[in-house]
Amino acid sequence: MDYITTMGLEVHTELSTKTKIFCNCSTEFGGEPNTHVCEVCSGMPGTLPVLNRQVVEYAIRVGIATNCEITQYNKFDRKNYFYPDLPKAYQVSQLYLPICRNGHIDIEVNGKKKAIRIHEIHMEEDAGKLIHDPWDDCTLVDYNRCGVPLLEIVSEPDFETGEEVIAYLTKLKAILQYTGVSDCKMEQGSLRADVNLSVRPVTTDELGTRTEMKNINSFKAIARAIEGERKRQIEVIEEGGRVVQETRRWDDNKGASFAMRSKENAQDYRYFPEPDLVPIEISDEWIARVKSEMPELPDAKKARYLADYGLPEYDVDIITGSKYLVEIFEQALAACNEPKEVSNWIMGEVLRLATETSTDVEDISFDFANLGKLILLVKKNVVNRPTAKEVFEKMFRENVEPEQYIKENGLEMVQDDNLVREVVVKVLADNPKSIAEWKEGNEKVTRFLMGQCMKQLKGKADPGTVNAVIAEELAKL
Amino acid sequence: MDWMNMSALEVGKKIKAKEIGVEEVTKAALDRIAEKDKDVNAFITVCADEAMAQAKKVQKGIDEGTLTSPLAGVPMAVKDNMCTKGILTTCASKILTGFKPFYSSTAVNRLEEAGAVILGKLNMDEFAMGSTSETSFYGPVVNPWGSQRSPGGSSGGSAAAVAAGEAFYTLGSDTGGSIRQPASFCGVTGLKPTYGSVSRYGLIAYASSLDQIGPLGKNVEDVAEVLSIISGHDPKDSTSVPSGAIQTQLTGDIKGKRIGIPKEYFGDGLQADVKERVLAAAKKLEEMGAIVEEFSMPETDYAIPAYYIIACAEASSNLSRFDGVKYGYAAPEYKDLTDLYYKSRSQGFGMEVKRRIMIGAFVLSSGYYDAYYKKALQVKAVIKQSFDRAFETFDCILSPTAPTTALKLGESLSDPLKMYLGDIYTVSVNLAGLPSLVVPCGFDKEGLPVGLQLTGKAFTESQLLNIGYAFQQATDYHLHLPETKKEA
Amino acid sequence: MKITDEMIDYIGILARLQLDESEKESAKNEMEKIINYMDVLNEVDTTGIEAMSHAFPVKNVFREDEVRPSVDRELITLNAPKKKDGCFQVPKTVE
Repeated sequence: MDYITTMGLEVHTELSTKTKIFCNCSTEFGGEPNTHVCEVCSGMPGTLPVLNRQVVEYAIRVGIATNCEITQYNKFDRKNYFYPDLPKAYQVSQLYLPICRNGHIDIEVNGKKKAIRIHEIHMEEDAGKLIHDPWDDCTLVDYNRCGVPLLEIVSEPDFETGEEVIAYLTKLKAILQYTGVSDCKMEQGSLRADVNLSVRPVTTDELGTRTEMKNINSFKAIARAIEGERKRQIEVIEEGGRVVQETRRWDDNKGASFAMRSKENAQDYRYFPEPDLVPIEISDEWIARVKSEMPELPDAKKARYLADYGLPEYDVDIITGSKYLVEIFEQALAACNEPKEVSNWIMGEVLRLATETSTDVEDISFDFANLGKLILLVKKNVVNRPTAKEVFEKMFRENVEPEQYIKENGLEMVQDDNLVREVVVKVLADNPKSIAEWKEGNEKVTRFLMGQCMKQLKGKADPGTVNAVIAEELAKL
Repeated sequence: MDWMNMSALEVGKKIKAKEIGVEEVTKAALDRIAEKDKDVNAFITVCADEAMAQAKKVQKGIDEGTLTSPLAGVPMAVKDNMCTKGILTTCASKILTGFKPFYSSTAVNRLEEAGAVILGKLNMDEFAMGSTSETSFYGPVVNPWGSQRSPGGSSGGSAAAVAAGEAFYTLGSDTGGSIRQPASFCGVTGLKPTYGSVSRYGLIAYASSLDQIGPLGKNVEDVAEVLSIISGHDPKDSTSVPSGAIQTQLTGDIKGKRIGIPKEYFGDGLQADVKERVLAAAKKLEEMGAIVEEFSMPETDYAIPAYYIIACAEASSNLSRFDGVKYGYAAPEYKDLTDLYYKSRSQGFGMEVKRRIMIGAFVLSSGYYDAYYKKALQVKAVIKQSFDRAFETFDCILSPTAPTTALKLGESLSDPLKMYLGDIYTVSVNLAGLPSLVVPCGFDKEGLPVGLQLTGKAFTESQLLNIGYAFQQATDYHLHLPETKKEA
Repeated sequence: MKITDEMIDYIGILARLQLDESEKESAKNEMEKIINYMDVLNEVDTTGIEAMSHAFPVKNVFREDEVRPSVDRELITLNAPKKKDGCFQVPKTVE
């Protein structure tokens, strides 16, 4: 029997504010345990929260970028549960009046466009971290992440395939990065996704029972988790069993999901309005200002790149899919005004070296304008392409300035045509055997002669020029 | 010795005039506590060393002219649900055993900056849940007016300490009457300010939307002076109103002030001589030029259930953080994390606290939220509207504070619902967030004090205090102290 | 409403409170009395009335996004019944 998979996503993203949501502690990642903590974020008795304005600003930004309605009167609620990473035993979140509702993100998979609806976006605080201590076989609690602001972006159950999920996450990540609200570093947990998944036989319209897989933190793991859970649920059904509504943890190493212990987890969070915080009223003016300050978003950028630069769609998708690649593109472009060249360099050398050096695109750190300069140097025949690639590798790894580097290392092309001719004449004279072959009609030897000339010229001549001179000299014979 | 019976402002004046030294008066207060508190049990912690050190510092500040508050150097004490840096803060609960915060509440900070000398931390009902100060882990407070009597609660220690002359003034907190009812039972003056007037930062929450810190003292002038120090916006409390400290002009002129008497507050269940004393006080104010009229507040009966639903719900959440992990009491033996939570909380909280946490968890739980919690918030709005209407006509609402005078110790512990019903005249004020002042207005036939409750429109503390001041100018009930009364 | 044993047990789980049998019995009776008393609110017509969580319309209280130093971690864990390496220590908790 065939099955239809239905999925919804809850994405948590840590905002890149300087301070936590309700206190002035730094949100900086890392640091010794409990060193970015005060009486407020550690929930000491008697302390009270005060909302960071920037969190609201960022939430509005994301709301607008994802086509949401902004809830102009919104409030915080308390979500009550006991866990050692939650020092107040409640999480300040938004249930009844979340800040954004009813949006959508447009995705495209295999040429098919689809709108994924966003149910709501709400603001909340992150929890702390539990560290297992193998020596005393106990758990240690670190509150550094407690109170780091989060947005939870809840989609409608509009996904049917893992590709759609990945396309949505890629787009969402780009939006979050473009709007500057999050760095989306998945390895630091600043973007995490929970997947709600159910399957049903194609013969019915009634949705199956869903399970929730929590905190999956890489795109690859998400794809694997979806595939794994889909198979598991189908197996359960085909063996005549019933899927249980539960929260499961995806173990990417084992490639399987496991039900989380739920005996003491009644899932009755007793939400009620947070009395320590006052309502947030967002004026039309506030929304208008955020709109006016909104940077160009991925879709608009893609359309512009296609229309203005005539680049291949595949390349544009890759580049506009990452704010960091866009930065490289735009800074290099500004320095050379050669969009196709810049795009080719990014799709080629930049991504090749990133992979080779295991560098995340957000961590690529050379001076991007220098790529534009290098492109111009190639265009002006100051260096040839193979040399330029070597120069770029130096730029990528050591951030050298191309013009200076070329000069210091004598990598300029030989511009002296007489010198080229001298070398060609000498090479022809030194290779009578090849000339003889050429006379017999073997055109291939010109390539050998070319190689010999370039070798003599230390690769610094324009191959076109060398070729032309060889042809001229051969013709003289 | 005599001057322990003076008002705070009188002592402040003598300090300023160098008739008494701050260390001398602090020592006298500590001696008084040593003598009296065996019987009263108003204090959980007496900080003798810290107080003497602070007294020395304050004296220096006064001498150098850096401390100019009229209350500089006057020894006082703080209810034990307000955090005091480096000083044990217990909420009268076993679960906060050993808890010494590294921060102070804003109200305490402001008093210290004004030169207050803190004598110690005052006994109370555990987590401010109770109306008798008997639910304390540290034993009941005894009303200085009678050894078998409760001082009321939950700020029983705060009221009893003033009545017994152990501190010149105190801070209490009022969630459903916890400053006013003990003030009434102990014959002292107490003010519950408008919600948001005094920062709640550092006040260990019982019910966040209702809690408010306020002063208790021997008279209205003292209370007004303390209010001017502790009130005013605090950026650390989002619910603190964005206005300056409340300064009061006490003129004693109340001519033309319109005072309303809600007739539902004088029905069945009100002790006859309490009713008599309160109505006599209304008469007195009328003689002084106020216009007194009866009116109706039919929503009175709904205030108690709405209050207990809201307060218990918030408490169930606020008290979840006490779990044996971060501070306070931890069960000595447990098998896992969940067991640590269960045991620490079950052993650490007293019965009344557990009861309210459970009621709160119930009214918020899945399936009951709308019927109880949401309904209570709607009734809260109805009660607020009812007050709004009353204040279109009246400047102030006059009523009894409690249906009775001080109860016998142990009398109400056995029946929690009956104890809750005793809050009938006080809780609606908290639901509506209003300021309310209690001043002594006489004695019942057993010689126990009766308190008059004056409730005003939001942010009209000044007017309210002026009416109370006028009343005290014309009467001497507030000058009686338990001992002098006994002699009389 | 009747407060059943199941309800008391469930509330106990939510609140992380463990009552012994006699405590449970009296809690059941008292809660039933109190909850039933609270039902008097059904007499109030609240149609069209907004649930009011704050008595006054204070709104938009914000803090600027400026870092201030955190607290010395010795102080954070000062009152902890069990601590280790600057952390609060709890029994092994696996997720």
